[in-house]
Amino acid sequence: MSDEMDFEEGGTVKKFMFVNRKAPYGTIYALEGLEVVLISAAFDQDVSLAFVDDGVFQLVKGQKTDGVEMKNFSPTYRALEGYDIEKLYVDRESLEARGLTEDDLLVDVQVMSAAEMGDMMAQQDVLISF
Amino acid sequence: MAMDVNGVSIETDEEGFLVNLSDWNPDVALELAKGESIELTEQHWEVINFLREYYDEYQIAPAVRVLTKAIGKKLGPDKGNSKYLYDLFPYGPGKQACKIAGLPKPTGCI
Amino acid sequence: MLHIVNKSPFDTGSLASVLRVAKKDGGAVLLIEDGVYAAVKSSATEASLKAAGMPVYVLQADADARGLQSKLMEGVNMVDYGGFVDLVAGHDNVQSWL
Repeated sequence: MSDEMDFEEGGTVKKFMFVNRKAPYGTIYALEGLEVVLISAAFDQDVSLAFVDDGVFQLVKGQKTDGVEMKNFSPTYRALEGYDIEKLYVDRESLEARGLTEDDLLVDVQVMSAAEMGDMMAQQDVLISF
Repeated sequence: MAMDVNGVSIETDEEGFLVNLSDWNPDVALELAKGESIELTEQHWEVINFLREYYDEYQIAPAVRVLTKAIGKKLGPDKGNSKYLYDLFPYGPGKQACKIAGLPKPTGCI
Repeated sequence: MLHIVNKSPFDTGSLASVLRVAKKDGGAVLLIEDGVYAAVKSSATEASLKAAGMPVYVLQADADARGLQSKLMEGVNMVDYGGFVDLVAGHDNVQSWL
């Protein structure tokens, strides 16, 4: 058993984008997606995360889950930096429609227009949607 | 599986990780370490306490690479390297140290 | 009738259907789980909830879990689990819009 998998030396680095479009607690997608992102960090690829539609709710500050007896996994987004995952892109229109601003989010992100988001997506080798 | 610590039965999974993270206390750590044939020194405790603080802050057990880097940042390069951590926890600072610290198995650990 | 909505209004049309169809006289809306996102102030759904013509209730624990403690619009009523039970008991019938 090893703690971590490594790609072979000289393996090509691809651009991976994980697209998060679901709210955090209503379904298991957000939590599962986050786990996949953490695992992907072991492969030394060029990883980015996009938050679109209800996915922006994953990053809202001040989540407190004691009353619903679920794990509050929002602090884990702040660990991504330590995993060298620093490209977090948020769709501005999704934020605005939900009454949110960048100040409501618990990590530093890059807020962008739909056109910019589309460009980011177009540059990727692999897109995985949760 | 279960182990007895000070007369309290503590449940562990098939790999020896705590089922209920809230069961952890330093005596439980000693018992878990005994199961790994490790005698806990001050250096071990430093890593264990670091892991518990990390979990408290981020709600995950860090991958070993992340742990190594973070320890180096906090405790200095002579401790933030694989050799130092593997000397303390021969079966891996991720898996073995997390187990003794009462954390879940690190995500991405196989 | 108590109408219970548990889906995000941005993801499904459940809330929009409730507001379109529900008989306002004697009606009430209870937002739970991802349904609570409808009550965020300055959101695209705020106006439609304001115009609901029925009392709107929000389950506190679900709002707290989602970090919405200080982000909810005025005019909605917060309820705890006991209040949830009272609402169900206090209406002749209940419809859960899945």
